[in-house]
Amino acid sequence: MELILALAIGVLTGSGVWLLLRPRTFQVIMGLSLLSYAVNLFIFSMGRLGLAIDKEPVLQPGLPQDLAHYADPMPQALTLTAIVIGFAMTALFLVVLLASRGMAGTDHVDGTKGKDVQEMP
Amino acid sequence: MGAMAGVVLSGNIIQIAFFWELTSLFSFLLIGYWHHRKDARRGARMALTVTGTGGLAMLAGMLVLGHIVGSYDLDHVLAAGRLIQNHPLYLTALVLILLGALTKSAQFPFHFWLPHAMAAPTPVSAYLHSATMVKAGVFLMARLWPALSGTEEWFWLVGGAGLATLLVGGYAAMFQNDLKGLLAYSTISHLGLITLLLGLNSPLAAVAAVFHIMNHATFKASLFMAVGIVDHESGTRDIRRLSGLRRMMPITATLAMVASAAMAGVPLLNGFLSKEMFFAETVYVNTTPMLEWLLPVAATVAGMFSVAYSLRFTVDVFFGPPATDLPRPPHEPPHWMRVPVELLVLACLVVGTLPAWSVGAYLAAAARPVVGGELPTYSLAVWHGFNTPFVMSLVALGGGITLYALLRRQRARGMLDAPPLMHHLSGQRMFEHLLAALTLAGRNGRRLLGTSRLQWQMLWLAAAALVAGTLPLWARGLPIGDRVQLPLSPAFALLWLLGAVCAVAAAWQAKYHRLAALTLLGGSGLCVCLTFLWFSAPDLALTQIVVEIVTTILILLGLRWLPRRDESLRVPTLAEERRTQLRRYRDLALALSAGAGMALLSFAMMSRPFPDSTSTFFLERALTDGGGTNVVNVMLVDFRGFDTFGEIVVLGIVALTVYALLRRFRPAREVMDLPPQQRALPADVDTDLTNPRQTADTAVGYLMVPAVLVRLMLPFATLVAVYLFMRGHNEPGGGFVAGLVFSVALLLQYIVSGTSWVEAHLPLYPRRWIGMGLLTALATGLGALAWGYPFLTSHTAHFALPVVGEIHVASALFFDIGVFTLVVGSTMLILTGIAHQSVRSHRYNNARADDEAAEQAAAATAPTTRGETAWN
Repeated sequence: MELILALAIGVLTGSGVWLLLRPRTFQVIMGLSLLSYAVNLFIFSMGRLGLAIDKEPVLQPGLPQDLAHYADPMPQALTLTAIVIGFAMTALFLVVLLASRGMAGTDHVDGTKGKDVQEMP
Repeated sequence: MGAMAGVVLSGNIIQIAFFWELTSLFSFLLIGYWHHRKDARRGARMALTVTGTGGLAMLAGMLVLGHIVGSYDLDHVLAAGRLIQNHPLYLTALVLILLGALTKSAQFPFHFWLPHAMAAPTPVSAYLHSATMVKAGVFLMARLWPALSGTEEWFWLVGGAGLATLLVGGYAAMFQNDLKGLLAYSTISHLGLITLLLGLNSPLAAVAAVFHIMNHATFKASLFMAVGIVDHESGTRDIRRLSGLRRMMPITATLAMVASAAMAGVPLLNGFLSKEMFFAETVYVNTTPMLEWLLPVAATVAGMFSVAYSLRFTVDVFFGPPATDLPRPPHEPPHWMRVPVELLVLACLVVGTLPAWSVGAYLAAAARPVVGGELPTYSLAVWHGFNTPFVMSLVALGGGITLYALLRRQRARGMLDAPPLMHHLSGQRMFEHLLAALTLAGRNGRRLLGTSRLQWQMLWLAAAALVAGTLPLWARGLPIGDRVQLPLSPAFALLWLLGAVCAVAAAWQAKYHRLAALTLLGGSGLCVCLTFLWFSAPDLALTQIVVEIVTTILILLGLRWLPRRDESLRVPTLAEERRTQLRRYRDLALALSAGAGMALLSFAMMSRPFPDSTSTFFLERALTDGGGTNVVNVMLVDFRGFDTFGEIVVLGIVALTVYALLRRFRPAREVMDLPPQQRALPADVDTDLTNPRQTADTAVGYLMVPAVLVRLMLPFATLVAVYLFMRGHNEPGGGFVAGLVFSVALLLQYIVSGTSWVEAHLPLYPRRWIGMGLLTALATGLGALAWGYPFLTSHTAHFALPVVGEIHVASALFFDIGVFTLVVGSTMLILTGIAHQSVRSHRYNNARADDEAAEQAAAATAPTTRGETAWN
């Protein structure tokens, strides 16, 4: 299971980084989203006793309150914050993208039209 | 003024540097007082550049000095003179501090800024540029005299600069035609004299320096004010035009003559005394024979110069035939304008005749800290007997008068307009060359080392992150731990197979198929959400899925404004294509290594046992201290409440920024037109879409049944939001999720019914929601303060209600209400902000249709007067 999650994080990071390096603003916003998935999963996977199945950190009467019986709540709380901030960041970036597109007349990340050549698909 | 007092009073060398820069800054503002004048602006800029740079050098020097001594306290620094002078860094500190002092005091070769600074109003010049600010440099040298002086380097650097300035300033002053220019150069020359005295490394010379600082301030300030009076009354400061003012303003003339006599060093005035001390010092200094001979000669020559320019000041202006072509007929100024000059001149006289009685005590008090302890014996008398210094004074007086007569004759012949030999060596020109060269170097450096292209920045950023991550792992190794792993579940593997395919496909398609890429991105997001659920994080899964929905709607709204692929561009050549290919391979390699690195890193981390963490604390205290069983939610609203507070503030700021950016948003023209899908309708469909330009918003009368259903759903969605909110503290849920769910419910109304319909029927004020949310959260936090607890401490109360059963109310609940309100407000503000752009484009299209119709009508009536279509 750990291996699969690690590979998933790797694939998300790779796709995200690839898109970050692309010339179009839409590609960059997609890349940032993918990268934030990867980072959120990475933080989330840092629980003290590793990944836990069916051990929600919601206290049940009669269960001892320790990490053997509950998933680690700390990375979860951190990730929750990260998700919301990620949403705010995406929104801000999208609007900056639109404004730059409106002002520069192009969706190239440098804000200049670049060449008069068609780009490769 | 305050800054100046700060420099003088500071007991810490860093503080001195700070006030020092402040004086530079204020002098910049004062020189540029007449900001409409070009010379004032240039003078101000030059003064700031020179003194500011010097000040920075001095700050560096102070830091070195503090490093040597181990303390920035002035007392410690002064006491550690020997330590400083034997330190290998002594020369560095000395040069840096002297750079500051010499630039500020306008010493050679930095003297050029002072004459240009004379563009300032005259009182400012009198105060800043002759009496106080330029003295700051001299003051600093005097202040640090015990710590830094006494070495060969000090003698050569300070003494050399002083001597050069003394001669250059005096020489240039003789040839000035502007009264203030003359005074400026004479100030430079006198500052050089003081610097030279300080550089002589003898305590007696230091006392003479302090004495001359006082005397110079007195007579130079009075001269400046006299010039101000002349300028004010006659309208010009040009020596060549002024003449015979003695008859028109006799009192001012007398005052100015006495003051300039003090400047020239005429006996019975204060200037004579300190000049006499100066001559004595140059005579009795002990160095190499060559210098022993050179210094007195140089001093006498400088004395001659000063007599000559003082004569020029008095004789040319106040004597001779009365000037006739002045801009204004001069006469005596009002009495109050003269009072300061009178007082200062009186001081000159009193000090000059009764030195020991008048200033003896002040001088002793001022000079003692400079020499650091014991004062040398000196005598403040007018008459010391017929000795070498007195002879030098006589020679200077006689020589000065002769020199003046010579120059006057030359000038009468029209041969002297600029100082000979000087205009080749214009400091200003050098300064401007230097500045231009620096600007050019900076620009070249930026072009060479920097880039404004985001792609390159991203490339470097990613590469740097990769290197920074790899290096320590390379050095220390990345061992895989032996923690027991969870058994592999095929369903999970399949889930992430899908997720990975989605992610890679999204990366592949994001360029030309934006909608497809967005869908695929959503697929990956869903996988992330399921992973959270799988590994016991229901809160995360809930938040993730709602955020996913909102983000998708957001980007969908934005898609409409992105440009289409431009098919009209030319096809790239083979070489260009190959270059692109290479670039892509490079990026692919970087992306692959980043991905592989992250996978390896997370796997290594997940395979190792973790040291103890604070998580147990939260598990144990969530119910007892936080009053909730959902530990994650309790952490968010209670333990880490302050963090969450910061987060919602960020969210609110982002929403307002988005709102502000979109108010000024002007989309590109080609996307303003209706999308082709909306235009291309089959002829037999009967909706108002057939004439899309007439529609006000999303088509009216369209999607009627879904609209009703969605409207019916609003109460239910609200109920779900309330449910999620209420159970948040004990079960998965909470303010964030509830807020997002409620926003999605509202957004559905927008999507199906159209923006204007919703806003007509359900007015929302997202900005008020944001404000209310923030205030509620803040009030909850402050409430804790009112009961004497730290900010955001929560409290829980339990009630038993008859039907509902036991209910518990934590103060964190109110905090969560704040979070909920703010999240709803922010989300709605962001999304409706973008949605309104579509409404605007409809309006634009309607206006354009109207324009076209009007144009056609105009063309029909008067075919010859076809105008251009109004675009805006």
